[in-house]
Amino acid sequence: MEENALNEMKALVRNYVTKEYIDDDDVTITNDTPLISSGYVDSFSMVSLLVFLENKFKIKIPPSKATPEAFDSVNSIVALVNQYLNK
Amino acid sequence: MTEHPSYDELTRDFDWSIAEKELGYNQGDVINIGWYCSDRICIKGNAGKTALFYEGFGGVEKTYSFNDIRLAGNTIGTFLRKLGIEDGNRVCLFMDRIPELYLSFLGILKIGAIVQPLFSAFGEDSLFVRLENAQTRAVITQKKHLSKVRKIRSKLPSLEFVIIVDSIKPGELEKGEILFSLDEAVPVEHFDIFPTTAESPSVLHYTSGTTGLPKGVKHVHHSIVSQYLTTKWVLDLHDDDIYWCTADPGWVTGTSYGIIGPWSLGATQCVLDTGFSAQAWYGFIEKHRITVWYSAPTAIRSLMKAGDEVVRNFDLTSLRHLASVGEPLNSEAVIWSQRVYGKPFHDTFWQTETGSIMITNFPGMKIKPGSMGKPFPGIIGTVLDPVTFVPIEETGKAGLIAFRPGWPAMMRTYWRNEEKYREKFVNGWYLSGDRSTIDNEGYYWFIGRDDDVINTGGHLVSPFEVESALLEHPAVGESAVTSKPDEINMEVVKAFITLKPGFTPGPDLELEIMNFIRKRLSPIAMPQAVEFVDGLPKTRSGKIMRRVLHAREWGEEVGDISTLEND
Repeated sequence: MEENALNEMKALVRNYVTKEYIDDDDVTITNDTPLISSGYVDSFSMVSLLVFLENKFKIKIPPSKATPEAFDSVNSIVALVNQYLNK
Repeated sequence: MTEHPSYDELTRDFDWSIAEKELGYNQGDVINIGWYCSDRICIKGNAGKTALFYEGFGGVEKTYSFNDIRLAGNTIGTFLRKLGIEDGNRVCLFMDRIPELYLSFLGILKIGAIVQPLFSAFGEDSLFVRLENAQTRAVITQKKHLSKVRKIRSKLPSLEFVIIVDSIKPGELEKGEILFSLDEAVPVEHFDIFPTTAESPSVLHYTSGTTGLPKGVKHVHHSIVSQYLTTKWVLDLHDDDIYWCTADPGWVTGTSYGIIGPWSLGATQCVLDTGFSAQAWYGFIEKHRITVWYSAPTAIRSLMKAGDEVVRNFDLTSLRHLASVGEPLNSEAVIWSQRVYGKPFHDTFWQTETGSIMITNFPGMKIKPGSMGKPFPGIIGTVLDPVTFVPIEETGKAGLIAFRPGWPAMMRTYWRNEEKYREKFVNGWYLSGDRSTIDNEGYYWFIGRDDDVINTGGHLVSPFEVESALLEHPAVGESAVTSKPDEINMEVVKAFITLKPGFTPGPDLELEIMNFIRKRLSPIAMPQAVEFVDGLPKTRSGKIMRRVLHAREWGEEVGDISTLEND
């Protein structure tokens, strides 16, 4: 995937995470910010993030791949999404 | 290997005065949980002993001795008194698992006020109904949760003070908001602890039922007698143990066994305030050499899912005793923990209302994987016929789990809802709302809830509360909420929805509805699946038949549907 497209995808995910899961205006999410291990996104909320990714990118991520580790940063989420794009 | 007194022996000779004697309490004395958990331990010569190891995200670590927590309780109590908070006032703790949560718990109790712990992931609607019902006078919170409090503040006339324990610029404070930094406050050495007695209210936890709003479960200071002894005997906590209770004090396990139990025994406990990962948890056990671990089936199943390999990367040999609570512990999890940790998890059963462990796999007693165990000594339990409410004599026949009231930690009422409280008792038995069988050796085997309440990951969710919130979404015409099976959480929330004219079902609307509930109520209450339907099964009188949908989700027989409305 081209770098520009990749960066756009990361921005999309980052903005969604910030809008939906971060209550504190002083918190800035970067592509590396831990999301699950930091507690910003809990295991229950992870399901809504998964639905967002599947809807947005028209993909299906198997439950076995939707792990806390795979969802722990914007970078790891985009890497996971990329595995299922164009499949 | 630890020698345990036999279960039969302890049961035969049991009296709660055993615990009262060990605590140095005589009937009619002043009894204050805040004092018992800090000052008393210092008086006994353990002022310098570590009470709390805290580890937050990003490697933040803090350690507090029993003298530190005594001083912190005094300091917070003094601060609250200066605000005018008095005995009997409700003070809400709305925080993550940071040290201030644990220390404020003691401070509130020391002034005779009532602690109202609430899960920090609650959304504004969940927060509002609980604060309104309790007529809470002060909320202690963090900046990250302040926006939720601000959204509902104007609708809560009783709420005078919002206390923020971390950084916020003074110019950003709104009316009634106060900054309080424990690190910067002058420690208070001498403090007049409020002379609470056995029946003085202590903690107000909220729990969900099938219908109506969440209920505030009122506990009293005498509950410490149950919590002390069950921690000592069931969790097998000794003087030299390092203890980790993974529960959040927003729920009853996190206060009964995450604060009161261990600290009344003078035990060292650890708190990890980060998101879940198997590596982080095992690393925490290894680092602090944790010996006694009290966790929940959902966490255990998540660890099982993470696999055996990751276990081998850590030294977990410090673990001596493992216990579990929150929902039934499946036999596979018990067998798995024996295989990978060399120790089985001991299942325990109790509720917000019972305040302390009721049924348990007692240390030293034969464990039957998949069973809840036997009643704690002094607890008279049975299963009742669901029609006659008479104890079932026949071995293995399913009935309603019930207990004879009278143990110290039993709830005293539902806050401002005496009628609901009275409904919990029939023929002199307290009805737990759960069903089980009892085998020929007296072991209880959990079957399920006796109502529509959803137990997801050990947390109770009221379908009524979710359905009510769903109706506030502009697209929702009608809804029915039930559970569906889940590998990790046992069950999760599922919503069946009919749409108002002009709205079209689709994945984007599904996500919008999920997020709507997550923010209004909590991530736990968020439907993990939404099914758009043309109509809902109803009785002829128009009542939605949740059980029909539940049976469909679980692949069970629907049962009697003679009252089902014709299409």
